Amino acid sequence: MLEIKNLHARAGENEILKGIDLTIAGGEVHAIMGPNGSGKSTLSNVLAGRPTVEVTAGSVTYDGKNLLELEPEERAREGVFLAFQYPVEIPGVTNSYFLKASVNAVRRHRGEEELDAMDFLQLVREKMKAVEMDEKFLHRAINEGFSGGEKKRNEILQMALLEPRFAILDEADSGLDIDALRIVADGVNRLRGPDRGMLVITHYQRLLEYIVPDFVHVLAEGRIATSGGKELALELEERGYGWLETEPKGAAAG
Amino acid sequence: MSALSEASEHLLGLHEPVMARGDGALAALRQTGRDHFAALGLPHPQLEEWRYTNLAPLAKERFTLPARRAVSRADLEAVACPVFACSLCVFIDGIYDPALSALGAGADLHVESLAALSASELAQSAAGLDTLVDGKLHPFAALNTALLEDAAIVRAPRGTRTAEPLHVVFVSTGAGEVRSPRLFIVAEDDSQVRVIQDHVSLGGESGLTNAVTEVRVGSNAEVDCITLQRDTADGFLVSNLAAQVERSGRFGSSVLTFGGRLVRNDLSVVLAGEGAEARMNGLFVGGGKRLIDNHTLVDHAVPHCTSHELYKGLLGGQSRGVFRGRVLVRPGAQKTWAEQSNPNLLLSRNAEIDTKPQLEIHADDVKCSHGSAIGQLHEEALFYLRSRAIDEHEARGLLTRGFAREVLDALPVEALREGLEATLEASLGEAAQDE
Ligand SMILES: Nc1ncnc2c1ncn2[C@@H]1O[C@H](COP(=O)(O)OP(=O)(O)O)[C@@H](O)[C@H]1O
Ligand SMILES: [Mg+2]
Repeated sequence: MLEIKNLHARAGENEILKGIDLTIAGGEVHAIMGPNGSGKSTLSNVLAGRPTVEVTAGSVTYDGKNLLELEPEERAREGVFLAFQYPVEIPGVTNSYFLKASVNAVRRHRGEEELDAMDFLQLVREKMKAVEMDEKFLHRAINEGFSGGEKKRNEILQMALLEPRFAILDEADSGLDIDALRIVADGVNRLRGPDRGMLVITHYQRLLEYIVPDFVHVLAEGRIATSGGKELALELEERGYGWLETEPKGAAAG
Repeated sequence: MSALSEASEHLLGLHEPVMARGDGALAALRQTGRDHFAALGLPHPQLEEWRYTNLAPLAKERFTLPARRAVSRADLEAVACPVFACSLCVFIDGIYDPALSALGAGADLHVESLAALSASELAQSAAGLDTLVDGKLHPFAALNTALLEDAAIVRAPRGTRTAEPLHVVFVSTGAGEVRSPRLFIVAEDDSQVRVIQDHVSLGGESGLTNAVTEVRVGSNAEVDCITLQRDTADGFLVSNLAAQVERSGRFGSSVLTFGGRLVRNDLSVVLAGEGAEARMNGLFVGGGKRLIDNHTLVDHAVPHCTSHELYKGLLGGQSRGVFRGRVLVRPGAQKTWAEQSNPNLLLSRNAEIDTKPQLEIHADDVKCSHGSAIGQLHEEALFYLRSRAIDEHEARGLLTRGFAREVLDALPVEALREGLEATLEASLGEAAQDE
């Protein structure tokens, strides 16, 4: 489904990604862990198409297409979704208007009929219930004044509405208490399926108890330092990231 | 003779024919306006108050007096649409049109046409007219008075609260004409009134609309005055709005500018009684080569008064904005709370804004803040929306509208928030054009 080859990327003055290789097949959930500043968010931004990150070498193929050629909105319509580490506050634009515009943009692309106000309301209510979000958030401006947990839930709500084929979750768990964590994890698990791929970025092993990954990769200094099964996450939890620098690098799996 | 003084002479020359049209009761008032305008003339860009707004384009024009055309209800509804469920008071080129107006019979609010008043009625109903805007300082206000033929006189008697807003529509009908819309609002003690001052045009796209509004807010009275400049075309729009607020009174002004080739608005509010409050909101949207200049002044004359000011500018094309916000806290006006903010959004590289707060604080126990910002669209927000499948063009539109929304959402007449959607849309569309 997604094949990343020798990916190099730059933001500002710095080369941040220094040759990433990663293949994610349909049905698989891959976790990426790694210390702060190792390039996890940069990788998710490259995949979502953030204009400020410049790809300097390598390729990303998604469903046989050159992903890097597509505009961010085209990627979203093709089923790529990024749950932001820091969701953006947008005053003056109501959540409901935004969510409806977003859902209908994807539906148009898929050749489906656009939802009218009534149908959309029904859909969004159902999805909000699942992420235990109060309906009042529909009438608020996008993320404006939301707490950290509310922002993350709003991300998961968007994911549930758009039903992406390939979802990236960038530290969806940061700053969440255990209840909120469970809600986020449930949202992700509901979406898991044979033709969906996921990239779950996290700093802590904790989230991976709820979203059990098929593979775990460790990103350090812009490269995948080591890869393994879900037990790697536990090992990292116990030993920290320090040992990665002294031991030889493992082969990238996937 | 310079172009400005030639144009001033020409404008002064229009005073005689207005006098010849009659209305003896107004003659003395007009004469004062004439004298003030003769002394001042059109303002020169060397004057500090006019530094950023050069009237050279206006000085090239030789405006004529309105020819007075008939306007049908259908015509009116097409431009002043939606005509809200409220009392309607229509002026065509500055002259009251009773046939198009629909003033609630038996309502508490008194609405009269100045021209229809006898000399004795004038002394009563219009007492205090032309005392809030100083014609000795404001040449355009003096010109309005010099050419005055009619005005809307609105009086909320003591203790009355009018649920429905009053919609005063000023229609411009002829090209190249000078209109002198005039509105006088008196809210007696403990009264409450909301007035929408709606400037629209029907064939009056060019020309000069030179409006004066005076508002007296009595003790514990509340007045909201919404000014809509939606003569979406190539005219010159000048307005002077002055309000005086007595003890515990509240005055809210919203000035929304959607058009005009050269726009200059002067708003001045005097907080004259303790506990008085002013809320001054503004939104100006410009594209093409428009110039929109807002000068505001809030005068904290006594202690314990509050003012909140928010002016938002949205400029595209090669348009230019000017914002000058003066806050004057007089000696002894302790416990003043004055807030001012002027965020601006530039949609093109060639758009410009000159923004300058001017705080003159002569008391020490005060809380004053001000801020202005000039920004482009937030790139983070743009990427966020695009990552949710919304195309770039639409995302830009959403963010731009979101920026303007704050002022619309704060309008004290709910129907207007939706009702102005199309007007906003049209002017944003124009502002989004590159040239
Ligand atoms: N726009 C940018 N300009 C310059 N440096 C950046 C930019 N974005 C990220 N970086 C740098 O790239 C490195 C990796 O950042 P990031 O991908 O956010 O790491 P992580 O998500 O793993 O914590 C950091 O050193 C960060 O400071
Ligand atoms: Mg990160």
